[in-house]
Amino acid sequence: MDSLIEISRLQFALTAIYHWLFVPLTLGLGFIIAFMETKYYRTGDEFWKRTTKFWMKLFAINFAVGVATGIILEFEFGTNWSNYSWFVGDIFGAPLAIEGIFAFFMESTFFAVMYFGWEKVSRKAHLVSTWLTAFGTNLSAIWILVANSWMQYPAGMAFNPDTARNEMVSFSEVALSPVAINKFLHTATNAYVLSAIVVIAVSAWFLLKHREQMLALKSIRIATIFGGISLLVVMITGHGSATLVAKVQPMKLAAMEGLYEGQKGAPLVAVGMLNPNKAPMEQPGQEQDPYLFHLSMPKMLSLLATNSTEGYVPGINDIIRGGYEFTDIEGNTYIEPSFAQKKQQGSLAVNALKEYQQAKAAGNDSIMAQARQTLDENFKYFGYHYIEKAEDLVPPVGITFYAFHIMVGLGIFFIALFVLYFLYERKNRLESTPWLLKLGIISVPLVYICSQAGWMVAEVGRQPWTIQNLLPVNAAVSGVSAGSVATTFTIFAVLFTATLIVELRIMFTQIKKGA
Amino acid sequence: MELLSFLQHYWWAVVSLLGALLVFLLFVQGLQSLLLFSARTTADKDLVCQYAGHKWEITFTTLVTFGGAAFASFPLFYSTSFGGAYWAWIIILLLFVIQAISFEFRNAVGNIVGPRVFEIFLFLNGALGTFVLGVAVGTLFSGGAFVMEKTAITDIGNPAISYWANGWHGLDALANPFNLLLGLVLFFGARTLGLLYAISKPDSGELGNICRRKLLPSAVPFVLLFVVFVVWLFLRTGYRADAARQFAAVDYAYLKAMVENPWILALLLLGVVGVLIGLIMQILGKHQDKNFYIVGAGVVLAVWAILMSAGFSGNAYYISTVSPQMSLDLVNSSSSLFTLKVMAIVSLAVPFVVAYIGWAWRKMR
Repeated sequence: MDSLIEISRLQFALTAIYHWLFVPLTLGLGFIIAFMETKYYRTGDEFWKRTTKFWMKLFAINFAVGVATGIILEFEFGTNWSNYSWFVGDIFGAPLAIEGIFAFFMESTFFAVMYFGWEKVSRKAHLVSTWLTAFGTNLSAIWILVANSWMQYPAGMAFNPDTARNEMVSFSEVALSPVAINKFLHTATNAYVLSAIVVIAVSAWFLLKHREQMLALKSIRIATIFGGISLLVVMITGHGSATLVAKVQPMKLAAMEGLYEGQKGAPLVAVGMLNPNKAPMEQPGQEQDPYLFHLSMPKMLSLLATNSTEGYVPGINDIIRGGYEFTDIEGNTYIEPSFAQKKQQGSLAVNALKEYQQAKAAGNDSIMAQARQTLDENFKYFGYHYIEKAEDLVPPVGITFYAFHIMVGLGIFFIALFVLYFLYERKNRLESTPWLLKLGIISVPLVYICSQAGWMVAEVGRQPWTIQNLLPVNAAVSGVSAGSVATTFTIFAVLFTATLIVELRIMFTQIKKGA
Repeated sequence: MELLSFLQHYWWAVVSLLGALLVFLLFVQGLQSLLLFSARTTADKDLVCQYAGHKWEITFTTLVTFGGAAFASFPLFYSTSFGGAYWAWIIILLLFVIQAISFEFRNAVGNIVGPRVFEIFLFLNGALGTFVLGVAVGTLFSGGAFVMEKTAITDIGNPAISYWANGWHGLDALANPFNLLLGLVLFFGARTLGLLYAISKPDSGELGNICRRKLLPSAVPFVLLFVVFVVWLFLRTGYRADAARQFAAVDYAYLKAMVENPWILALLLLGVVGVLIGLIMQILGKHQDKNFYIVGAGVVLAVWAILMSAGFSGNAYYISTVSPQMSLDLVNSSSSLFTLKVMAIVSLAVPFVVAYIGWAWRKMR
């Protein structure tokens, strides 16, 4: 069972990682292309048409692979997480279908017009198609991120014991939850920053080679403004993410910081290395330091998580022990139960469901009503029934901690990068500053690492949950053999890697060829 | 009919329509099946890839939306079939994924593996992809060896609510002659539509001549196998649940569903007539630019009717061959009333989507 869960998670992670290698560039590049074509439409200057077409080629190469990896993710919800598909399909399926009906058709239809239709439709219709392609790609991001956010913060639903699943009761609570809005803004603007850095890097390479100078300089100007503004939103929503995570997934926040014992006025680790021997719930007197070394900023974690320098941030052990005052996202304040209490409540809920179904089969209404009440009262911790021991509640702290710090560290570096590019571009000194051009090129792998690290924080940090507090991975996985999943994992790994190699080669050749 | 039941039927009809549109749009795959053996010159291959490459995304998106709509409206099917018939769906997935990358990469400068690899991918998607998809759709009538028990989620040791009862994980669908027959129907149908599409293009030149020569060897088996399929379907035994939700065998279940819903039967007949008229006109050499659309419309209507008959009239659309009581029908597998209502409102936007696809299609001809 454990190996099935691990290989199923690995397969999903592999697909998601590869999908997110191709998608973010299309999210931002779509808008950058649309800006450029708008310039062409307004001025009639052939230079802008040539520039638009150049970036469009890079967009198209990524678009196809994004589509290919995207459908695999959609299928994998069913093939690998079939229990999940039923348990929450009533809520989760709707955004996926809406994504297909609205977003996918919009992007694929207008992409074809944008890419192949220069001579077939009017200039205006072409421009509109380009904008609609950009909006379509972003619209699909909205819906899948709504679905993802709902897994982190399940809202707008009620459990139905007759069907043994969660059912949607409020579409707006699902689609417009604060977690969903913040997640979309954070993820989409991160993708815009990534796209802007790719545009800057390719342009920087042209400047270093003394080729396509005009295209490069004008592209850098657009990318710097677009990326710079996006980076501001990334920072604001990054803070918003931390505040929301503190309310809906405090364990994730504790893992992000390697925080085992909570405190008021908690410091934020700026740089640090975790002690690999540290474990949750160590025996008294045998507690190890969580860090081998660290540099921390006093009170900053409290500020980030609670908007107050004196706010209390619970650590991993506190969350397991419970007993501290906690205010959730809806503003309810209560004493956080311990893991043991939550597990007890979870078991009460699951057993009440079993009792309810047995009573229903026997036609015993009073037992049904009683079981229903027990189920409703304890449903909040339904998933804890499947968690064997307290340690299983703790996500991989190392991956979460390092991914978070790499993401933040690189984010700060990108601020400097955009400021430098903005200033040097204004002063027309970019071409005479090769170190800055090279820094732009080096930033491409860094921004991809940063973006992937963000997803690792979000997804690894929420383990063991597929649906926060309601369904852990061991209760969500399909009843398929681990060997089958290991085989498909290998096939996907080979296919994706081969695709990436071919794609990168095509991208590089296309860039070298120029406009 | 109460609202929930109406919406369950409405969504089965919508998912069926998406399935029918997908089958029509598989003409792209039909075109791709010309690569390797029929379109041999570089110019012909380029033209095949140009025709298919300008339209593949609509087919692909319809497949994705078909999956998404099935997930949203009948999540238990998604859960049971995808999780159980694991290998059948993975093979379909792989055969479609290789298509998505091929058009863009085939002739791209810097393609290190050469165009041939991607032509093979496109051929496999065109020939095998359609066939295997047909085999999978066949299980809507022939069923699958799955065990499904919703209450299993309370079993901490083994909470999976469904699993495949044998070690084949869905590959056993390939051993069922009825499924294989539908696979062949889909392959020949897609190929026939692909040939008609190429013929309908004024600039198809030599490729158009090849397609005219290849048409009868595709269209004849398509029509004959389709007739055998429909007769076999009408003779099949299905399962229906009674008021106490107990499934029992029903002879001629799909024929009965058509008779009980005469408008579905009318759609089927209209579809068959459309296909025949289009093909006869093509053989007579008339309206060569329109026959693709006439046959296509016929295919949509016929497939729509057949798919609807799988779930209408109380038919179990996914029969458990292990234990018929675990079969899936519209009642026990659908989303909640609230979700179906939300989705029904969303579906009102579909004509708008169809309208802009139509605009783009006309402009990009």
